[in-house]
Amino acid sequence: MSRISQCFANAAAKNRAVLGVFVTAGDPDEATSAGLLDSLVENGADFIELGMPFSDPMADGPAIQAASLRAIKAGMTLQKTLDMAAAFRARHPDTPLILMGYFNPIYIYGQQAFITAALAAGVDGLIIVDLPPEEDEELCDTASAAGLSFIRLVTPTTLGSRLPVVVKKAGGFVYYVAIAGITGTKSAATDSIRSAFKRLREETDLPAVAGFGIRSADQAAEVAGIADGVVVGSALVQKIEDAVASDKRAELIQEVGTFCASLSAAMQRS
Amino acid sequence: MREKASNSYRNLPDDKGRFGIHGGRFVAETLMPLILEVEKSYYEARQDQSFLSELLYYQKHYIGRPSPLYFAQRMSEHFGGAKLYFKRDELNHTGAHKINNVLGQALLAKKMGKKKIIAETGAGQHGVATATACALFNLECEVFMGAEDVRRQKPNVDRMRLLGAKVHPVTSGTSTLKDAMNEALRYWVAHPDTHFYIIGTVAGPHPYPEMVRDFQSVIGLETREQMMEAEGRLPDALIACIGGGSNAMGLFHPFLDDEGIDIYGVEAAGHGLDTDKHAASLTGGSPGVLHGNRTYLLQTDAGQIKDAHSISAGLDYPGIGPEHSWLHDIGRVNYVSATDEEALKMFQLCSRLEGIIPALEPSHALAFAAKLLPEMDKDKIVVLNMCGRGDKDLEAVLPLLDERGLL
Repeated sequence: MSRISQCFANAAAKNRAVLGVFVTAGDPDEATSAGLLDSLVENGADFIELGMPFSDPMADGPAIQAASLRAIKAGMTLQKTLDMAAAFRARHPDTPLILMGYFNPIYIYGQQAFITAALAAGVDGLIIVDLPPEEDEELCDTASAAGLSFIRLVTPTTLGSRLPVVVKKAGGFVYYVAIAGITGTKSAATDSIRSAFKRLREETDLPAVAGFGIRSADQAAEVAGIADGVVVGSALVQKIEDAVASDKRAELIQEVGTFCASLSAAMQRS
Repeated sequence: MREKASNSYRNLPDDKGRFGIHGGRFVAETLMPLILEVEKSYYEARQDQSFLSELLYYQKHYIGRPSPLYFAQRMSEHFGGAKLYFKRDELNHTGAHKINNVLGQALLAKKMGKKKIIAETGAGQHGVATATACALFNLECEVFMGAEDVRRQKPNVDRMRLLGAKVHPVTSGTSTLKDAMNEALRYWVAHPDTHFYIIGTVAGPHPYPEMVRDFQSVIGLETREQMMEAEGRLPDALIACIGGGSNAMGLFHPFLDDEGIDIYGVEAAGHGLDTDKHAASLTGGSPGVLHGNRTYLLQTDAGQIKDAHSISAGLDYPGIGPEHSWLHDIGRVNYVSATDEEALKMFQLCSRLEGIIPALEPSHALAFAAKLLPEMDKDKIVVLNMCGRGDKDLEAVLPLLDERGLL
C-alpha cells in the first residue's frame, strides 16, 4: 500500500480525518523551514504539502505569495526543495510528502529530470496548480506512470459535468477547493462542503480532502466530520509571516507546533 | 526551417490552443470551465452575423475605423530609401489600438450575459479602453493596475475613474503589469459566475491569444485594401512594436502568407540587451509557462519570472503572445529590438517631421525603421503601425528630451 493510502487507512481505523498541512519550502529560511516540518509531524500532521516557491502564484492569496517571495529571496530553488524533501524522507519514513506548486520551475528543470529526482527524494505526490487535465501530456501522464500520485484540485466550478474529466486520472486523493477563490481569503462554508462531498463520492472512490479557507481548529473539526481529510495552509503561513515581521523566528517552531496540535485534536470524530 | 501548418501560417492555434509548442491552457482548475465557456461563446459569436454587424457598426461609428494609411513623406525623405507609411491607429477613439480588441470582447461579454468586467493594465491604455467600452455598454468595470503604475500614470487613472471604472492598485509581487495580471486572474477565480475578463493583449490561456488577434486583425485587413488603393500593390515590409504583441499581430496576421513581405517585430531593449533592464522576451528570454500560456519569458535559470524594463510602460512585460513565439521559432517574423534612447529620439523626430506625436511604444518601431529604410531601394514600401498617440507620455518624456537638448 502506498504511503498516501496507508495514511488514510490508518486515520479511518481510528475514526479520524487526516490532517494535511501546507508550508512553503525555504520559508522563511532553509533551516527554519526544515525545523517547521519536523515540528508539524511531531504535532500530529498526517501529511505534508511542501510548496515549491514560484514568483507568480496566480491561484494563491497574498500570504502564500509572500511566502514564496521570502523563500526565493532566501535562495530557495526547485533543486533545494527536492533536497529538502529527501532530507525530510530520511527523518520521516512514513509521512506522505506532496510537492505543490506551479509548472514553470518544473518545466525549466526538465519534466523527466524532475520526476526522477522527486521519486529519488521519496516524494509521494504532486499538486501542480496550473496543469488542468487539458495539459496532462505535459507532466501528469509521465509522472503517474512513474509512480507519483497526480493529485487533482476540484473546485466549486467543476462539480458539474466537468467532474468526471477532472477525477479521471486523479491519483492519491482528491483535493476539494472549498471556496471559489484563492488561498487564504474567504472562510469555507460547511453546508456547501457537505453537498460538494456528496457529489464527489458519486464520482470517485479516492479519499477526498478539503482545503483553502480552513483557518481554525473549530472550522477544521466541522470539516473533519464531512471530508476524509482537512488541509490547512494560509493560516500556518500567516504565522510565519507574523514571526518574521516581529523578529520572533526562535519562537516560531514552537508556536506552529502548538497550532498544529490543536488542528490534529480536531481531526478526531466523535 | 520554415514549416507551415497545412500550407498556411494563418490557421493556428490547433484545438488545444497551441501555436507549435506555445500557447495552451495552463490555468487553475477554477478557471477551466470559464475559459471553455469563453471559447465556445467566441467561436459561436464569430459565425454570428448579428454579432459581426454590431462589431462593424461600433468600429465605424465609435472607434472611427478605418484608420487612415498615411504616407509619411518627410520621415521617408529623412531616412532616405524606402517609402514609409503609417497605419494610423493612434487616431482611434481613446488614442490607441487597444479599443479594437476591447469592443469585441465587451460585445462578447454582453452576449454571454455578463454584467461585470475585469481588466489588467500597465500604462493604462487598455484600462482606459476597457473603462470606455464599459461606459458605452453599461457594464461594471474593475481595473487592476500595479501600484507603481497608478502613481506614474495618474492621468489615465483619472480617465478611468471619470469613465466609472474602479481602479485596484496592486501591491503584491513587484507591483507591475505582471502582478496586475496575476491579481486580475485571482479576482476572476473568486468571481467566476459574474465576471468576464477582458485580456488586453494576444497572451493568456486559449482562446485569448486567438480572439484578441482576430479582433486586432482589422488593422492588417484594412492595410491590405488601403495599400492596394494607394500603390496598387502590397507592401514589401511591415514593422510594429511588441510588448504582449497585439498591435503587431493585428497588422501581421493578414500578411503572414504573403511570402515576399518581410515582417519585423520590435521589442523593447530598455537599457540594452546586454543589461538586465530590458523587456525583450524573444531576443533575451526562453520558453516557459506564465499567465496561462507557454511562451518566451524573461526568467532566471530556476524558472522564476524576472521584471521587465522599458521606458514604455506598454512594452514593460516579461512575456509575449504565444503566436509571436511560434513565428519566431519558425522564422516567419524577424524579431529585433530598440533601446529606450533610440525610442526617445524617434519620439521627438516624428513629432517634428510629421506633426504626429507617437506613443513611446511605436517610437520603438520607428527606431527600427530608421535602420531598415536606408537599406532599401526607393521603390520599396514599408508600413509601420502607429499604434498609439504620445500625449500620455509627455510628462515622462519631456524632462528626458530636455536633458538631451532635443526640445
